[in-house]
Amino acid sequence: MTDLNQYNFAYLDEQTKRMIRRALLKALAIPGYQVPFASREMPMPYGWGTGGVQVSAACLTPEDRFKVIDQGADDTTNAVSIRKFFERTAGVETTERTAEATVIQTRHRIPEEPLGEGQILVYQVPIPEPLRFLEPRETETRKMHALEEYGLMHVKLYEDIARHGKIATSYAYPVKVQGRYVMDPSPIPKFDNPKMEMAAIQLFGAGREQRIYAVPPYTSVVSLDFEDHPFEASKVDQPCALCGAGDTYLDEVIMDDEGGRMFVCSDTDYCATRRAEGHLGALGVPAEDSAA
Amino acid sequence: MDTQSLTGGFADAPVEAARAFRAALQAMARPGRIEAIAGATPPAPLSPAAGTLLLTLADAETPVHLAPSHDRPALRDWLTFHTGAPLVGPGEAVFAVGAWAALQPLDAYRIGVPDYPDRSATLIVEMEGLSALRARLTGPGIKDVAALSLPDIAAFQRNALLFPLGLDFYFTAGDRLAALPRTTKVEAD
Repeated sequence: MTDLNQYNFAYLDEQTKRMIRRALLKALAIPGYQVPFASREMPMPYGWGTGGVQVSAACLTPEDRFKVIDQGADDTTNAVSIRKFFERTAGVETTERTAEATVIQTRHRIPEEPLGEGQILVYQVPIPEPLRFLEPRETETRKMHALEEYGLMHVKLYEDIARHGKIATSYAYPVKVQGRYVMDPSPIPKFDNPKMEMAAIQLFGAGREQRIYAVPPYTSVVSLDFEDHPFEASKVDQPCALCGAGDTYLDEVIMDDEGGRMFVCSDTDYCATRRAEGHLGALGVPAEDSAA
Repeated sequence: MDTQSLTGGFADAPVEAARAFRAALQAMARPGRIEAIAGATPPAPLSPAAGTLLLTLADAETPVHLAPSHDRPALRDWLTFHTGAPLVGPGEAVFAVGAWAALQPLDAYRIGVPDYPDRSATLIVEMEGLSALRARLTGPGIKDVAALSLPDIAAFQRNALLFPLGLDFYFTAGDRLAALPRTTKVEAD
């Protein structure tokens, strides 16, 4: 079944990979600018990470160790399928450990553990245009980016404050990259925005919308805000119920139909590593017991 | 066309191109960092690094300009056979390759348009050698400061002023390559 000769290395044909690779290099040269590319049909539906998969396919080498997360978790359907896809078509090693991975494809999270220089983070992006819900015409949004005309985005954030008393946008929170392009960081929680100034290369792929963009390492990524309403990387004000971490992004898990709930780390690898080190939250059980 | 034009390509194109692209990606993401890149053995005067880069990125969709220093029949044949890229003048080129002096003037190349700044040329500058000397680099991709033996200073400063338009550069020597995107600020050291 896993005869690699059935597929070209990493699935895509070479001409497609060259086209994606050229787009990736221009994306790195113009941080935050969305480069159009000729997105291909992939053997999975749009919305399941076809953009990220194409970027990963163009980047992977046989020596890479590949990790896939979906909302922080390694063990959800989307993550398992994409991991298996590249195990089969590229023959790469896969891992669930953030520190051991060289290429990490992610849907809607940045791992808690800081990424290093040897790593590449590939984001799956549904709507790459941060101005799209404010201006539906592509010809107009393209002109707005060209003229650096981002007043509309500030009006949107201001209207949040007028209606809710604070900026209510909690995910896909717009950022300005290197003082020039306003960029959609993909639907990561705004808790993750400050992590985008990192040592690793960040690549973004939107398959259905046919756009690629990138943030080079050590590049300024500023979340838009106002002097009197500064950006705040918010999270649930609780520690993780399993590992006790107080500084991680948490998922709410419903326990029963009587309002019982718990909050656990969304980054499963980070949580499991902490539990293996002996950290324990209010509802946690020691690592050796949970494995049994 | 002689048989030399038919040899010197990738032995295992998907894998060698993937490794070469990783070097090109790392170089462009971290301006000034010198990466090893190998796989192709092009005819002189093209360096193995520049030849590998062209086999990795160029094809029938990307017009290539050979600067006078590199516009030789053997090289034209080799590039045409292995990539199928049309050979054109500087004004239509997606990639241009040659020695720094031969690539001049820089305003002959496409720098993109405000709506599509990505529609700009990438210049592959063949060098005698690459070292972390002469020019101080700062900007995206660089933690504090980097250094690279650039062939000029003022030309790259003018290019950076065009941002978000502008040219992007690879520098190649032997089997080494480094890059300088339009975002990098260049100062004499």
